Amino acid sequence: MKLLKSLGATALMLSASFSAQTTWADKLVISNWDGYMPADMVERFKKETGIDAEVALHATNEEIMGKVVASKGKGYDVLFVSSPFVEVLNKLDLIAKLDHKLIPNTKNLYSQANELNYDKGNKVSMPYAWGTTGLCYRADLMDEPTSWNDLLKPNDALKGKVTMLSTDRWLMAAGFLSLGYSVNSTNPSEIAEAKQVLKSAKKSILAYDDATFYAKLVSGEATMTHAWDGWCNYGTAENPNIKYVIPKEGTDMYVDSMVITKNSKMKKEAHAFINYVLSKEIGVWIVNNVMYKTPNEAAMSSIDPAMMKAYPNLAMSPDEILKQEQLRDLGKTQKAYTKAVTEILASN
Amino acid sequence: MRSSSRNMLLIAPGLGWLALFMVIPCVLIFMLSFFERGMYGGVDYNFNLENFVRAMDPIYLGILLDSIYIAGTATIVAILLAYPAAYAISLSPRKKQTTYLFFIMLPFWSNYLIRTYAWIVLLNREGLINNGLESIGVISEPLNLLYNEFAVITGLVYNYLPFVVLAIYSSISKLNPEVREASEDLGAPAWKTFLRVTLPLTAPGVAAGAVFVFVLSIGNFITPDLLGGGRLQMVGNLIYDQFLSARDWPFGATLSFILIGIMMMLLFAQAVIVNRGQIEKHEAKEEDVSSMNFSRQSLNEKEKSYA
Repeated sequence: MKLLKSLGATALMLSASFSAQTTWADKLVISNWDGYMPADMVERFKKETGIDAEVALHATNEEIMGKVVASKGKGYDVLFVSSPFVEVLNKLDLIAKLDHKLIPNTKNLYSQANELNYDKGNKVSMPYAWGTTGLCYRADLMDEPTSWNDLLKPNDALKGKVTMLSTDRWLMAAGFLSLGYSVNSTNPSEIAEAKQVLKSAKKSILAYDDATFYAKLVSGEATMTHAWDGWCNYGTAENPNIKYVIPKEGTDMYVDSMVITKNSKMKKEAHAFINYVLSKEIGVWIVNNVMYKTPNEAAMSSIDPAMMKAYPNLAMSPDEILKQEQLRDLGKTQKAYTKAVTEILASN
Repeated sequence: MRSSSRNMLLIAPGLGWLALFMVIPCVLIFMLSFFERGMYGGVDYNFNLENFVRAMDPIYLGILLDSIYIAGTATIVAILLAYPAAYAISLSPRKKQTTYLFFIMLPFWSNYLIRTYAWIVLLNREGLINNGLESIGVISEPLNLLYNEFAVITGLVYNYLPFVVLAIYSSISKLNPEVREASEDLGAPAWKTFLRVTLPLTAPGVAAGAVFVFVLSIGNFITPDLLGGGRLQMVGNLIYDQFLSARDWPFGATLSFILIGIMMMLLFAQAVIVNRGQIEKHEAKEEDVSSMNFSRQSLNEKEKSYA
């Protein structure tokens, strides 16, 4: 039994040490989603602070979670993860308390950004970008959608012309919201109900797409997609008829945050990086480049009004965003979500 | 003694490589499958069989059967396409054979993901094929060619076809032409020679190609995701999701382990077929007078065993 246990632990360690970036001690390792940060950010950071850094990429929260949980965070200094994962990393005691004295640029944040329920007072995380999930659609081909049911029970003209996100939390959220339930529901009968709604919705969707839905809108393959607001902007950039709307039932809000691993050997430099990201200039530059909203008030108030006009969801106020429910970690209920999503995706 | 220690020396690196990167990870996956997902996605090391019970749920069995069906169809289509091509290549002049094989391998010079995306460009409702057919008036409404089983099978066949051509080609080109000539001399028409001599003797190549397509297809998750639009769930996707989306490594490991078991059985079956073919060839060489008789006999035996 003990042998089994240690072998199992070795499995995790092995896979972790293969995936974690082996790095020089004096180089800051940052893991972020591909394309979620301007490409030359690290170079600029080095020029300004003299601190050498390299960027590792992760495709999903779950991927970086797997690596960090297995390696206890060794090999990484700064991570970009979504809010439920901040909660998990904190509960697992893998991330460090932040020293706000080393991050004077927190003064640039909206006051609301200090009140996020997964980490009140930003004790272990600093928000990087935030926004909502909703409907991204071709305003020249359809009337503005108003409800989640417009996506889940599309009219005949829209059948086979809509896409949905397949990542478990967001797929389930669409079902819950259409029924008036919480996006964090742990009630088995609510989960079963949402599953049923999503199973029948599957019959009228073109595809599940978490990565290229905006391209499908641009090409005209799809007329409406289940989308994150920031990604909808990528479509708008190519066709101004592509618009974003939050359905009347409301939606979830996400916050993508920066955290420092507890095992980081360069905590001071890691704080310096976070401070750098939160400066006004970098904030503006991030919004202009990746087209996501940041909780950086100083930056948001200096965005070119023409940019806000072209991408109206950038102008969404912090209060509007915070009105939406925040995704929380599900703990044991995660298994039930996974099973429900498997059943939906495998159904005919 | 000396030559055996030299042999050991030659075998050691390859064997060591396999042990390190194949056997150990498989053993670790096996171990992991007896534990449980932790509250926050890690692993709780309390030994239990719950994952195997979970894996028996009809939903997973259904996904497995769907995957077998899709991978099986892809295998059959690939062989039907590959055999004539391999046959034709093996009959062409030596110099041309190299050129043909070069073209067969050419797709591998580009990235798998890019090739798969290219199919999306071709097959989507606003894509090249639909636009082309519409502009010449064959269809008035675009066809649904993408995000369904058809697209997934097309993608799998396309991607693994070269392997099957190569496997069958190598087994056809190793075939002694005298065997075929003997059959013709004895008065068998060409189709009979093909069915009763060439095809059975190249069965190991077909089996190798078939196992290749099947094993790679059933574990594939990119093609069902991109060309199936996520609407089809194959075992590969299921395992991928357990590891990367649900962060349930132990259950993912259980499913992987079951899949590995199925693959092993297939590889074993293929090895048996190949072995049999080699024994036949070997014996056919030794008794060249009775070679025709022998292959006829073994053919009959084979027919029986297939039936």
